Amino acid sequence: MDEARAPRRGVSPRLWLAGGWLLLALLAAIFAPLVAPQDPLAQDLMLERLPPFWMSGAEPGYWLGTDSLGRDLLSRLIFGGRIAFVVAFAAAIAACVVGSTLGLISGYFGGWADRIISRIVDVWMAFPPVLFAILLVAVLGTGLSSVIIAIAVIDWTRFCRVIRAETMGQSRMDYVENARIAGYGRIGIMLREVLPNVVPSIVALLSLEMGIAVIVEAILSFVNLSISTDDPTWGGIIAEGRLSIHQAWWVLVFPLITLILTVLSFSQFGEALKTRFDPVLR
Amino acid sequence: MSACLDIRDLSAVLPNGQRVLRSVSLCVQPGEVRALVGESGAGKTMIGKAVLGVLPSSVRIVEGDMMLEGEDLGRLQPKARRTLIGARTALIPQDPLTALNPSRRIGSQMTDRLVRILGWSGERADTRIRQLLDEVQIRDPDRVLKSYPHELSGGMRQRVLIAAAFAAEPRLIVADEPTTALDVTVQKQILRLIVQLQREHGTAILFVTHDLGVVAKISQKVSVLYAGKVVEEAETAALFASPQHPYTRALMAATPRYTDPFASLKPVDEAVLAGLATEIAAADQAWRRPHG
Ligand SMILES: Nc1ncnc2c1ncn2[C@@H]1O[C@H](COP(=O)(O)OP(=O)(O)OP(=O)(O)O)[C@@H](O)[C@H]1O
Ligand SMILES: [Mg+2]
Repeated sequence: MDEARAPRRGVSPRLWLAGGWLLLALLAAIFAPLVAPQDPLAQDLMLERLPPFWMSGAEPGYWLGTDSLGRDLLSRLIFGGRIAFVVAFAAAIAACVVGSTLGLISGYFGGWADRIISRIVDVWMAFPPVLFAILLVAVLGTGLSSVIIAIAVIDWTRFCRVIRAETMGQSRMDYVENARIAGYGRIGIMLREVLPNVVPSIVALLSLEMGIAVIVEAILSFVNLSISTDDPTWGGIIAEGRLSIHQAWWVLVFPLITLILTVLSFSQFGEALKTRFDPVLR
Repeated sequence: MSACLDIRDLSAVLPNGQRVLRSVSLCVQPGEVRALVGESGAGKTMIGKAVLGVLPSSVRIVEGDMMLEGEDLGRLQPKARRTLIGARTALIPQDPLTALNPSRRIGSQMTDRLVRILGWSGERADTRIRQLLDEVQIRDPDRVLKSYPHELSGGMRQRVLIAAAFAAEPRLIVADEPTTALDVTVQKQILRLIVQLQREHGTAILFVTHDLGVVAKISQKVSVLYAGKVVEEAETAALFASPQHPYTRALMAATPRYTDPFASLKPVDEAVLAGLATEIAAADQAWRRPHG
């Protein structure tokens, strides 16, 4: 048989590790009221700065210790995950939809549409992103929706650039020309022929962007520009932890670890998904 | 009976004004195989793309007519032209890998065209595709239809594309060096398949190649192209028996014989090329005069 089948890779451990952590964190966030051992807002001055469970002086039920107001750190991290994930999903999807659509149009149609969109992207990217975010939130006012809008408004360009380049590459392929000979319309070709070939990149970027959104949200919370309620956020906990680093290092270290693990997992998960989605690499 | 494809005095220019097609005339009768030979860069692919309406945006047709089964392509509205070309023509491309969409299964790619362009029912399209796969001697259609392009070998992919090209019963197929990207052992099989299907379906083929050996085997008529200009046109047998143009003779002399490929492999004679350059310059000047 004159046939050569590409060897299929198994599910990579990368996908399992990253996906496992994200699933765990996501489930914990969704079911926070059920799984959190304590009330994240309950203060108790008798319990302030308890160390994590393996150190002497730890209290049962306060696994990762407490902060300077005696609030349970683990519970605060779990509840903080809710805001982190809401922002991650909403902001990344919004940035993805806007950026990918414009990138696809720009890369496929070329000409003046491409010139206009590319110029806008260039101008947009000239702003330093964190400053841009702070500025936007300052203008929009603090709150969950302004954080989401700010991240989407800043980061759609990331999608636009990558998807534009990929689309241009695909549009030059012979299968697109074949579709034109067959008589398909331009928009039909863009959506049915080209789009499926850029989906793996969109998925990878989307996951990466969720990680970025988590960081940006943390930064905004850190500088006190995010959610203006008492609800715990990862960035907010880090900001508080920084103040008591010498008395209670865990209040700084655990949220940092949570943040880093989540962000890394998002980017690794995206890469692994890309290879699984791509029929050639798969 | 009108010709299947009739190109008259077709000229196309690049943005810098340079002509890539120089008053090309070429006529393909129904059911005929017309070979188009010439060295790399002669404009063979350009002619095919002009016919199929997919010229690069930088190339502009400035003169000439193209008639597809008696319909003047230049006179039709873009939409009507697309529909006509889609229904009456097909392409067998040079590179079977990039000509298939890497992220879609073979089956859906093949039936899609029949369903969406010709309005066939899914069942009818499926039956038709299986029939064609059988004709191109694919023995396990179920597996092939479920595969992605990269899961098939080059030869299999080209069979799939041949089947796809004939599926909608086009009147004209443009085959642009359909065997160049393939293994030598597979090339012959593929050529034989194309010829066989062409006879059975009575399809006219514009066969682009730079291989005179292939020309001799499959075509009834030949056009020899140099720098976008048809320098000689003849019945295949007559061309090989008595080539008229010095360039054609030089091209034949430059083609390696199978007995001793290296001994006879020599470049086209300098004097012939110089003669061609003068001929083309004269033609360009004559053409420019009325065109400003
Ligand atoms: N997209 C393009 N824009 C401008 N000029 C082009 C383009 N593609 C090809 N050309 C030029 O047009 C001429 C004809 O090219 P064409 O591809 O038709 O040659 P060919 O005879 O098919 O050669 P080959 O045997 O290498 O396929 C060449 O001089 C080439 O440089
Ligand atoms: Mg070519």
